Amino acid sequence: MHILAASSPGINRPVSFLHSTLALGASLVVSACIATAQAQAQSPAPTPNRVYVSSEKDNSIQVFDTQGLRVAAIDVCKRPRHMQFSPDHRQIYVSCGDSNQMGLVDVASAKMTGTVALGNSPEIFDLSPNGKVAYVSIEDENVMAAYDLQSKVKLFEVKTGGEPEGILVMPDGKHAYVTSEVANVVHLVDIAQRKVVKNIRVGSRPRRFVLAAGGKELWVSNELGASVSIVNTQDQSVQHTLQFKVKGMRASDITPVGMALSPDGKTVWVALGRANHVAEVDQVSREVRNTILVGKRAWGLAVHPDGKTVYVANGLSDDMTLVDTATGKATRTVAAGRVPHSVLVQP
Amino acid sequence: MAGIQGLRGAWLRAAAIASGCLLSALPLAARAAPTAVTVAIVSQSGDARYAPRRLEQAYPGHPQGRPLTAARMAAEDAGVELELLGLSLKVTELFLADGQALPAALAQLKAAGVRHVLADLPAPALRQLVELAPAALGGAMVFNISVDDDALRGEQCAAHLLHTLPSAQMRSDALAQYLAARNWRKLLLVQGSEPQDALQAQALVRSAQRYGLKIVQTRPFKLGTDPRERDLSNTRLLTGDREHEIVAVADSAGEFARTLPYATQWPRPVVGSSGLMALAWHPHWERNGGPQLSRRFYKLAGRPMQGHDWAAWAAVKAVAAVLADDPKAGIAQQLKRLRSGSVFIDGAKGPRLSFRLWDGQLRQPMFLAHGDGVAGVAPLEGVLHPSEVLDTLGMDEKESTCKQRP
Repeated sequence: MHILAASSPGINRPVSFLHSTLALGASLVVSACIATAQAQAQSPAPTPNRVYVSSEKDNSIQVFDTQGLRVAAIDVCKRPRHMQFSPDHRQIYVSCGDSNQMGLVDVASAKMTGTVALGNSPEIFDLSPNGKVAYVSIEDENVMAAYDLQSKVKLFEVKTGGEPEGILVMPDGKHAYVTSEVANVVHLVDIAQRKVVKNIRVGSRPRRFVLAAGGKELWVSNELGASVSIVNTQDQSVQHTLQFKVKGMRASDITPVGMALSPDGKTVWVALGRANHVAEVDQVSREVRNTILVGKRAWGLAVHPDGKTVYVANGLSDDMTLVDTATGKATRTVAAGRVPHSVLVQP
Repeated sequence: MAGIQGLRGAWLRAAAIASGCLLSALPLAARAAPTAVTVAIVSQSGDARYAPRRLEQAYPGHPQGRPLTAARMAAEDAGVELELLGLSLKVTELFLADGQALPAALAQLKAAGVRHVLADLPAPALRQLVELAPAALGGAMVFNISVDDDALRGEQCAAHLLHTLPSAQMRSDALAQYLAARNWRKLLLVQGSEPQDALQAQALVRSAQRYGLKIVQTRPFKLGTDPRERDLSNTRLLTGDREHEIVAVADSAGEFARTLPYATQWPRPVVGSSGLMALAWHPHWERNGGPQLSRRFYKLAGRPMQGHDWAAWAAVKAVAAVLADDPKAGIAQQLKRLRSGSVFIDGAKGPRLSFRLWDGQLRQPMFLAHGDGVAGVAPLEGVLHPSEVLDTLGMDEKESTCKQRP
């Protein structure tokens, strides 16, 4: 299912370059609209039994079955990073850091059907509860920007500290949390007021979020702090800092980034980056139950909705490790394209 | 007094930048006016390293512009976090007309309440500043951001002197690790006549011993075309011996070193002052948030970020980190915290970074880079150290001759 990217016109023919770009752009827009309309009209069911991995340097989403067998690659925009399903799981939204776009991927046909223009160097995003608005961290502009995914219009932006990264919209859609990697701060944004209402100091280089304890706890990974800060979402205070230790590793090698909650909510999986391990953390006791060796610089990860498998993207070994949660062992590691970033699972 | 005028001008600019920056856009700002901390960069107006023709040459590993932009960028990076703690950080610059201007300049800094100084000075002026600053400013923290002499980290060290630029020893250790990891072990050393060249060569000899490299021959070079001295200036005659696998060049000025790659008698890679070099920063480093940092810098400065810019940025990051660590700490306590290695900074080079207790040097990974990009990062994989692998670069605790600790 390899699809040619919108063919790059010949660089040695500047005049035709302009024309063909315009023509191509127009035809793309038209075909994108048709495709979107068709997708909405027919609403084909999402393909089951699939794992999607964004590959930053291949400009593609690698598609696997849930056993880790690679079945396809979907060409998308440049430097795809974070991904989310649309609420009906029929589309994948993917943020592209180099072409400054949100790619809209039709899951059934495994094709990118359109894009939304974003700001400079978008990274992580989250969706409004109805799935209509994407809130995106725009790294190079130090803002969280909101985009209407249907009209493809930017709604507003909110200034953040340097290098905003992780974004999490609360289930009620009223507030969003944003990390600033440089300022070591989590911003609480009031979406209606379109402004930061609280700054929460966390650890060094805060990266990603996971919402736990039924929305009462916000877990924040601190990449250079080798820790996770647990923020109380009622009073916005840091309740606890969970410091990671891995046998045989120094603190400076432990760089937590990606996190995922198990379907039963009892376990938080944390990818420990340079420590090449994932940690299985008990959500209630905040104890690390197990650390499991995976690939190099374990980063993005996702849990299968049946809770039996964790898929871990290893950014420096270009592969994905499947972890069996019952035995706590890595069962398989498969090639996943150059610099795998994020993982989505469709059961 | 050109120096004082320079300082006033800088204040005006600082104020203009602060009012336009994002801090004012964030809420929670003014419960009370934040406590302002000012970092001053002290430079020399006539510093030969910044002469226009020299900058035009853009020798890798040399400064390629003044450090103010990088330092200001770090202060802005830290703005949000410090604001939460009721602090604000700004950076000013002060130019010394000559050595005599230093006492007057220090008086100006004292009046402005400055205690954190970034020294962008050649070694003699730096030593003078280090000597006078604590008494003149009522306690001071000086960052060396531009001199790689190991002596400043050794016998000439001071309790209040920190270094964010890697030392010459760190650079040659990084290079030696890379060569040893490749098993490229036989070196021909080509060395200039400047005192700095001798120091670089000395560092390389030491690194060669550490990592089991063999310097098969050392040849002095001399710039020129005098036919009577062609054995000193002709690159083919200098490198005619067949025994070596690598040509290492120690040339602090950079002019001769630039002529050496692809101009050797035998097909041998060149390392050291050209070819493959150990650098504190490379604008094409593409991991650990490197592209973001380099892009931010490029946008502000209009040129690619280099090692000296990184060192200035890292120094202000260190000031911000120690302020955030304990906003009420005095300067003596801040120095203790920084030199204890328990305050960390994010240097966009992978691991968190801290200062060495024994000599005030910021421990850091180094890039092994050539003109086109980064070939490797030191410490190389497989290099081991009993407690901190970053301490395989430069003088370790047991080797250090520094006796001054806060």
